[in-house]
Amino acid sequence: MNSSPATPPSTPRRRALALVSGGLDSMLAVKVIQAQGVEVEGVNFFTGFCVEGHTHAIRERDRKKPKRNNALWVAEQLGIKLHIVDISEEYKDVVLNPKHGYGANMNPCLDCKIFMVNQATLMLDKARELADTQVQQGEQGFDFIITGEVVGQRPKSQLKWTMPVIARQSGADDRLLRPLSAKILEPTLPEREGWVDRSQLHGFSGRNRKPQMELARQFGLEDFAQPAGGCCFLTDEAYSNKLVDLWQARNKRDYELDDIMLLKVGRHLRPRPHFKLIISREEGEGNFLEGYRYQFPSLELVSHGGPLTLVDGEFASTEEAELAAAIVARFSQGRSAERVEVQYNRPGGVSQLLSVRPLSPEEVPQDWYLGEKRRG
Amino acid sequence: MKSAVADYQLDACRLLCPLPVIKTQNRVRELAHGDVLEVLATDPGVLNDVPAWARINGHQVLESGRRDGIIFVRLQVVRDTAVNSPHQ
Repeated sequence: MNSSPATPPSTPRRRALALVSGGLDSMLAVKVIQAQGVEVEGVNFFTGFCVEGHTHAIRERDRKKPKRNNALWVAEQLGIKLHIVDISEEYKDVVLNPKHGYGANMNPCLDCKIFMVNQATLMLDKARELADTQVQQGEQGFDFIITGEVVGQRPKSQLKWTMPVIARQSGADDRLLRPLSAKILEPTLPEREGWVDRSQLHGFSGRNRKPQMELARQFGLEDFAQPAGGCCFLTDEAYSNKLVDLWQARNKRDYELDDIMLLKVGRHLRPRPHFKLIISREEGEGNFLEGYRYQFPSLELVSHGGPLTLVDGEFASTEEAELAAAIVARFSQGRSAERVEVQYNRPGGVSQLLSVRPLSPEEVPQDWYLGEKRRG
Repeated sequence: MKSAVADYQLDACRLLCPLPVIKTQNRVRELAHGDVLEVLATDPGVLNDVPAWARINGHQVLESGRRDGIIFVRLQVVRDTAVNSPHQ
C-alpha cells in the first residue's frame, strides 16, 4: 500500500481496495466510500470452494437458470475494476492446517469460527499483497482496504473481538476500514487522517438486515444477491462431511483441486473403506465426470441406460467390482431387470464386462451414502 | 474490427468459472495494447463472465459465440494511456 499516511499538498484522490464477495454488504461498503469521493477497485478471491457457478455449470437443470458471476456483476454495477485472485493453493493451508487446530469435529464447517477468522486473515493479507504489487509494478496503489463486514452479523466470524485480531494478523492494521460498522469500532487511519469522514460512515451491528436494506434503498440498489450463509461449500455440512470422509479414507488431510470439484458432483457412496463410487445424477454431471475417465476407473451400463460412475480407489477382488456394478445398476434404467451388464473400465484401456443383479434400495445401507440422505 | 484475427489463444476448456476469467486476466496482463486474445472454453458461464470482466477493465470484446461446440470469446486489449501502466 502507499507508505505515506500524510496527505500531500496536491491532495490526490484517495484510493481504496474493496473485498467484493458479490453480496449486498460489500456493494454497500463500496457505495459508502465512493460517496466520499474515494476511488475504489475491487478484489474477489477464488478458493476452490466457491459455491457460485460451479454446480450451475455442471448440472443440466441449473443451466436453464440465467447465470452470472455476482462479483463481476456487482463490479460492473458499481463501475469499479475487479481483480480476481486465485488463492486456492494458499487456502489449502487454512483448511488443512488451521493455526489454532481443529476442534473436536475435525470439520472445517463445524469448527467454522476459527476457520472463518483464518480465512478473513488470508484474504486481507492477499489484498494487501495485491496493493503492494501494483505499486511495485509502477501502477497506482491503494491507501486503504475496505470490507462489507458487519459486527455480529455472522456469529462465527464477524464478532467485535475478532475484527481487530483479523486486522492485526493480516498486516492491514488500521488501514482496514469497515464502513458499515466503523462507528462502533476504533477509528482507523483513513478516518483519523480525514481521507474519509467518519460521521458519514455507519454503525450497523447484529443480524438484523433492515439497516442494510434501507441503505440499499437510499442508494437506489434494487437488484442484488441475497446472502445465503456464505459463498463457501465448506459451510455446507454435507459437503464438509464428504471432505472429512476423503481425508479418513486416504489417511491424510490433503486434497487437490480435482478432489474438491468432484465432491460437488454426483452421489457419493462408500461401500468399502478403500473405494468410493461417484455416480452421476443427470446428464450434465455425466458430461462433467467424462472428463475424469482417463484418471479414474469407471463403471458404465451397457445393457440399459444409466449413470456414469467414477471409482475413487481400487477394488480388492472381482466380487467388489461386481458389488459396485450392482450398486450402479440400482440407479440405472435396468434397476428392475433380472440382470444388467456393466462395463468396468480402467485408465489405460483395460475393460471388463460384469453381469450383475441390481441391488434393491433396501440392500444399499444408509451409511454408504456420504453427506446426503438416501434418495429414491 | 469484428473479424480481427487472434494474435493469441487461451485454452480454458474444462475449467469452471471463475477459473477461465482468472486465466484470461493473467494472460491479458502479459499482452500489449491492441493485441487480440481468443479464449476457448466449455463452461457456458464464460459467455457472460469473460465479456463482463473485459468491460469492467476497459478491454474490447470483438466477438463471442460457439464454434464446433466450443465457446469462444475474442477480445482486444486496451491500455489506458492516461495512467502510468494500467495493466489489468
